Amino acid sequence: MASKLKVATCSLAGCFGCHMSLLDIDERLLDLLEVIEFDRSPINDLKRIEGMVDLGLIEGGLCNSENVHVLRHFREHCRILVSVGECAVTGGIPSMRNHYSLRECLDEAYIRGVGVENAQIPSDAELPLLLDKLRPLHEVVRIDHHLPGCPPSADAFWHFLTELIAGRDPSLPLQLLRYD
Amino acid sequence: MDHTKTFFLDGQEIPFKEGQTVFDAAMTAGVYIPHLCHNPDYEPHSSCRLCTVIVNGRPFAACTQPAVAGQMIQNDTPELREMRRTLTQMLFVEGNHYCPACEKSGHCKLQATAYDLGLQDNHFPQFFPKREVDATHPDFVLDRDRCILCGHCVRVSRDVDRKCVFAMTHRGIKTEIVVDSPTGLLKDSQLTVEDEAANVCPVGALMLKRKGFQVPIGERPYDQAPIRVDSVKNFKVREERRHG
Repeated sequence: MASKLKVATCSLAGCFGCHMSLLDIDERLLDLLEVIEFDRSPINDLKRIEGMVDLGLIEGGLCNSENVHVLRHFREHCRILVSVGECAVTGGIPSMRNHYSLRECLDEAYIRGVGVENAQIPSDAELPLLLDKLRPLHEVVRIDHHLPGCPPSADAFWHFLTELIAGRDPSLPLQLLRYD
Repeated sequence: MDHTKTFFLDGQEIPFKEGQTVFDAAMTAGVYIPHLCHNPDYEPHSSCRLCTVIVNGRPFAACTQPAVAGQMIQNDTPELREMRRTLTQMLFVEGNHYCPACEKSGHCKLQATAYDLGLQDNHFPQFFPKREVDATHPDFVLDRDRCILCGHCVRVSRDVDRKCVFAMTHRGIKTEIVVDSPTGLLKDSQLTVEDEAANVCPVGALMLKRKGFQVPIGERPYDQAPIRVDSVKNFKVREERRHG
């Protein structure tokens, strides 16, 4: 049998719900692991992709500079890159902050927030800078496939991955296509 | 009534009655034509262009195009499907459509049409426009983020309710719904829950308060049947109600 496909995953401005949904394929994970192996992923806690991988799955949109670095790192190291979930595909719930200025968001969270003591906006040099607006992935790098859903259901993941691995068009059929 | 006249839609012979539009004749025959700004209960508007079909080689809006005997019409072609996909993608990026957080999800014609067209991304950059939400009315929320400017509320409030509560202002990308009231707010308008305009919004822009999640996600109209099935079924029910 040919060597296993390498798959890298990450969550940017997301909630890890998409990763949870991927794990929701349950025992089918064992079948999947017959043909793939995970490279950098929160599942194995590897932090960087070494060399090239076949498939990158990215959950979440872009809310800060680190997200953009990670996305570009994935694009450089993934033969096929997939936007996974509403946040990656459209910006999703985190993009609701785009209605407000960054300053208003920070004030709301760190200055005027309920129960805040010693109010100050975090400014540690270690913290990645927030982007002015949250952006979906395809606005920054080329994305090969989109897997919508909040999150995409386990069956949507299974359909998408098995079709893609089989070399077929992984578009979701009507019954698996959901944006919520 | 002349029942013998026919035209051809994607090769299928479709009978029509004198004065019927291509859209009405197709839907009567059980053929779905995607549409957003048209509600068969009211006069057609032909502004969203989603129902564009090719009539004898030229594009026309099916909702306003009169059926003529012998017309050769294309509806479900890869080109028209791609055009409809692009139009729908543009509607998504022009507004703020947060399906995961929207009470209309599963009952929204924009979402259901996008499912029907197989949209898995919006292709274009998101505009993220800043639009006003008006929740001042005791019974309604007007969330302009979700508005697709179909004009249903404008037309129904004017033509059926005779109130002219809604209108569109500005042009092009700046077009938005405004409310006829001294303050510009919905609470000072004449809109009431008895108005037909109260229930006509195909998306979640004009919604009744205190109705959230009365129908659970998963049991909503487009969870039960895709829009192409639901639309044809509702059209037939409406025709039977009208003509007995």
